[in-house]
Amino acid sequence: MIGPSSSHTAGAARIGRVARSLFGAPWESAEIILYGSFAKTYRGHGTDVALVAGLLEFATHDPRIPKSLLIAKEKGLHVAFRTAENPDYHPNTVRIRLTAGAHSSELLGVSIGGGAVEILEIDGFKVKMTASYPTLVIPHTDRYGVVAAVTAILSNHHLNISVMEVSRRGRGSDALMVISTDEEAPDEAVGAIMALEAVKTVASINPS
Amino acid sequence: MRFRNLAELVQLAEQEGKPMYEIMIEEHVQETGMSREAVVEQMAASFDVMTQSVQRGLTEDIRSFSGLTGGDAKRVYEYARKGRTLLGKQATEAVAMALSTSEVNAAMGLVVATPTAGSCGILPGVLTSLRESLGLSKDQLVYGMFTAAAVGYVVANNASISGAGGGCQAEVGSATAMAAAAAVELAGGTPEQAIQAAGLALKNVLGLVCDPVAGLVEVPCIIRNGFGSVLALAGADMALAGVRSVIPPDEVILAMYNIGKTMPVELRETALGGLADTPTGRAIEKRIYGTQDGSQEAGEA
Repeated sequence: MIGPSSSHTAGAARIGRVARSLFGAPWESAEIILYGSFAKTYRGHGTDVALVAGLLEFATHDPRIPKSLLIAKEKGLHVAFRTAENPDYHPNTVRIRLTAGAHSSELLGVSIGGGAVEILEIDGFKVKMTASYPTLVIPHTDRYGVVAAVTAILSNHHLNISVMEVSRRGRGSDALMVISTDEEAPDEAVGAIMALEAVKTVASINPS
Repeated sequence: MRFRNLAELVQLAEQEGKPMYEIMIEEHVQETGMSREAVVEQMAASFDVMTQSVQRGLTEDIRSFSGLTGGDAKRVYEYARKGRTLLGKQATEAVAMALSTSEVNAAMGLVVATPTAGSCGILPGVLTSLRESLGLSKDQLVYGMFTAAAVGYVVANNASISGAGGGCQAEVGSATAMAAAAAVELAGGTPEQAIQAAGLALKNVLGLVCDPVAGLVEVPCIIRNGFGSVLALAGADMALAGVRSVIPPDEVILAMYNIGKTMPVELRETALGGLADTPTGRAIEKRIYGTQDGSQEAGEA
């Protein structure tokens, strides 16, 4: 990895990459809120640089990491950093909101040390995703049979589910499935899930 | 993973008559579905990165981004090579190599996080110095990394390896414990001696706070990596001599976790207390950022 802090740089870059993968498309503007130790030390630890490197899909050992802010600027991307306090959050917490036109997406990520991360919120849904295994994030409409249809597709492609979470805003409304598998899901599997009527989109997050 | 703590790890190793590193390799094979060769090769690639970072700091003129640190690794290395040191050549070289990797890290160079970037010097310092003193092959040192990884896995899952979570004891402490255990197995010690070394070494850094000046991973992080390598070797020597930690190593890890939880936020990687809050620490911060209130103002990129 390229440093100087695994939690404040490698972990931050990883959270940035997850945010970019979840967004599923090039972004135009990023609003980044840093909490706790992230807020206090982000310049010295290069957390800002690393988050943006992740949002630009650089790997944690990419030599361009130190120049990411400049690279984003040259691409005409807008990045704004803000700091805030929330005593309930882990000390290394960041909220990232990406926007492109009318499309926006938000996540809350925590860097727990050694470059490992946890995603605790995706677009307002509470989750607990580590991104250390291939993961599918599937916004869908809450309806019977959707979970079964998705897991059937995974089963047909011989993908073993290690962790799965399903939550919804309310009965019959927006819902979210987060499914980690041992192997990366092939494009055909992702396409088949995307083709399901109740599924809105599929974001595929692969460990970096 | 078939083990959750160090006691279970030793039990597995003893039952199967294998070193801890072999258990870790097997668990990693099971967990990833990769072949044994691929798993070992992946670790060997990390070892190569580690060796390069050690070499860079000893041969190049390293200067950190802030300009605050760099050059100490070379200084200590040249001093050690003159042959007259108080610690002895091997331990002094371990210090030089630990400083070297940490200086490369502070200069945004490529390193292996063992377990973190802030504590990335200790394991390379110990391994590269043992390479010479024990005449070890690269393959053996790669195995030592698996021993260290097994201990790091246990600490990360039962406590914390983040300075923001548990202070410096969680970073330099974990790295020291990992390196101590690796040193014991590389020197031919038993799995039980290896975890005793980890426990003994970790006990000595309990309570160590994370107070980085100007929020940089430089002062005091780099020097603490140098000290960590000596502490790991001392822990390994004591364990090889038969010294046991009265408090079992797994309980030392839990103590570290509990101490971290009760540490004030000022001393957990916020640059608000400790060395960061000394007159000189604040002056350095002001010189780098132009502010002196401890908060690093948010800006736009």
